[in-house]
Amino acid sequence: MSKRHLLALFTNFDEAEKVVTELRNLGINGFNAEKDMIVKSPIEHPEVEEFLGNRPVRVQWFTLFGAVVMGFLMFWLTSAAQGNFFAQMKGGKPIVPFPPNFVLTYELFILGGVYITVLGFLICAGLPARRSPLYSAKVSEDQIGILVQSEESASVTLKSIFTRHQALEIQEEAGK
Amino acid sequence: MKDIREDIAWAKINTDVLKSLENPRKLYWVILFIAVAVFGVGVGCEVYQYNMGLGVGNFDNPHMWGLYIATFIFWIGMSHSGTLLSAILHIMHADWRKPIYRFAEAMTTFSLMTAGLFVAVHLGRIWQIYFALPYPNMRQVWPNFQSPLLWDAMAIFTYLSSSILFLYVGMIPDLAICRDNMHSGWRKKLYAVLSLGWEGTDRQWRNFRMTYLTIACFLIPLAVSVHSIVSTDFAASQQPGWHITSFPPYFVAGALYSGCAAIITLFIILRYVFKFEEYMTKSILKKVARLTFAIAMVWTYLKWVEFAQAWFGHNAHDQHLLIEKATGTYAPFWWMMNFCASVVPFMLVFKRFQTNIPVLFAVSLLLNLGMWLERFMIVAPTFADGFYPWTWDHNQWPSLVQWGIVFGSFGWFAILFMLFCKIFPSVSMYEVKEMVYHRSLETKKLQALQAAGELAAAGKGAH
Repeated sequence: MSKRHLLALFTNFDEAEKVVTELRNLGINGFNAEKDMIVKSPIEHPEVEEFLGNRPVRVQWFTLFGAVVMGFLMFWLTSAAQGNFFAQMKGGKPIVPFPPNFVLTYELFILGGVYITVLGFLICAGLPARRSPLYSAKVSEDQIGILVQSEESASVTLKSIFTRHQALEIQEEAGK
Repeated sequence: MKDIREDIAWAKINTDVLKSLENPRKLYWVILFIAVAVFGVGVGCEVYQYNMGLGVGNFDNPHMWGLYIATFIFWIGMSHSGTLLSAILHIMHADWRKPIYRFAEAMTTFSLMTAGLFVAVHLGRIWQIYFALPYPNMRQVWPNFQSPLLWDAMAIFTYLSSSILFLYVGMIPDLAICRDNMHSGWRKKLYAVLSLGWEGTDRQWRNFRMTYLTIACFLIPLAVSVHSIVSTDFAASQQPGWHITSFPPYFVAGALYSGCAAIITLFIILRYVFKFEEYMTKSILKKVARLTFAIAMVWTYLKWVEFAQAWFGHNAHDQHLLIEKATGTYAPFWWMMNFCASVVPFMLVFKRFQTNIPVLFAVSLLLNLGMWLERFMIVAPTFADGFYPWTWDHNQWPSLVQWGIVFGSFGWFAILFMLFCKIFPSVSMYEVKEMVYHRSLETKKLQALQAAGELAAAGKGAH
């Protein structure tokens, strides 16, 4: 069935919050608030998380993986290089000296952590991304946007909710 | 004192900051022109040195490092306050960082890029720089992994690339604003590519917050490790004046100190050039000035620890070197360093100077002069008074070629920094909006509480 996209813009954050709450509570046919609703805002509102419910963030697992793997790899590769570097006279000193190797391990631990965190961010945030079917530059300025995707039958109800809550503008586009 | 207005329109924040990308004051072009000219002098000196050899820089044995390594440490130090302070203040939720952290992080990035040049320049034989890199090769020769110089290379690379990522990630929402507001041309395309299709969705913000916080947590120990490792280039040797236990914290404090002073200098320049008076307020400047004074005192304390260690350490070489520093060839530099870096900061104690822009500008330049001299005083006197008697009467003075390259590095830094500020927003728009939003919420809460209190008081009276 054909899907329809609607983007409603609000200047008042409280009003946008009421809309989201209403959309979640009403249980409109042909519209699933969990999957079909995206809130766009010009700043990071901690309140958005509160009223959208607890949604998981998994970036920190990428961080852990990147830091541990890169740290381990650095120690292993440095030790392997030292173990195979026969031309250097060791003079009774350990072939694989731990304290200096830990310095390099520490640096690569951080390097891996940072690089893979950024990679994790791109994956988890879905970036780079194509433009949504509906977008308004006002969202990056001072307005809050609620983008919904619904079946045609539900769009009239959704529009009426947006209008009732004083949406400044409602954009509409037929999806695929 | 006037701070950022809570009732400022968010659209105005966008307009004001985006305007800085198009028409700065004329001073911008003057600074850029001077920077290009100074950089040109540096390039000319480097080409001359490349063709003639390091001798034209007055380098000989034992004076092999001279101004190049002193300036290398200076630039590494300058890089510290930007990213490190930004990360610390972010974790501590200090909202006054928001209008100033972007340019401070850019300062970190470009300082590190400038410092990197000196590694190549001081080699003389630039084409052999690949020897410093650990990679498998036919001769099976590896760099010495136990050398602080290799740790240095790894630490600086990690810090530079992590700082760039920190700067870039923090800028993505602003790049989207630029993309949405530019009408056409190469800038529009650049912002479109760099903003990665950011739309400010709840999913993007959620992951963004976690990412930014995580990188900030990594950067704090990283920044401390970088300058500690730079200090081990000296402290791990046996040379008098270098083999000092307190060098790592002393270097870190010095780095923070010169970085803070540089933030004041650049703050004042950007505030005027890009007409940011409404965002880079005197209230913020006051906080940075106080922070600089606090760090200056930590640095001064550690400096005295170094002197005390030399004086009471019963090491004749260290004592001799300390006396030489205060009375020998380099004495004017030593006294100037102590004056600029330990006495001048007391100007920052006075409230009227904490917001006096001409005074602060002059003080910040003097502080950085003091910190540059400090780096020179670490490098040069030890070479002139080492353990070998044949070095004792050999006080080397840098040639014009060395000075030219050092001045050229300031031009290089200024070019990169000014171009960055012209192409990318140097004030974080979305964070200033957040700051204004949260402050207005707090004010509303306060007003509500006050109103409730007044009502209660009125009720009591009536009762």
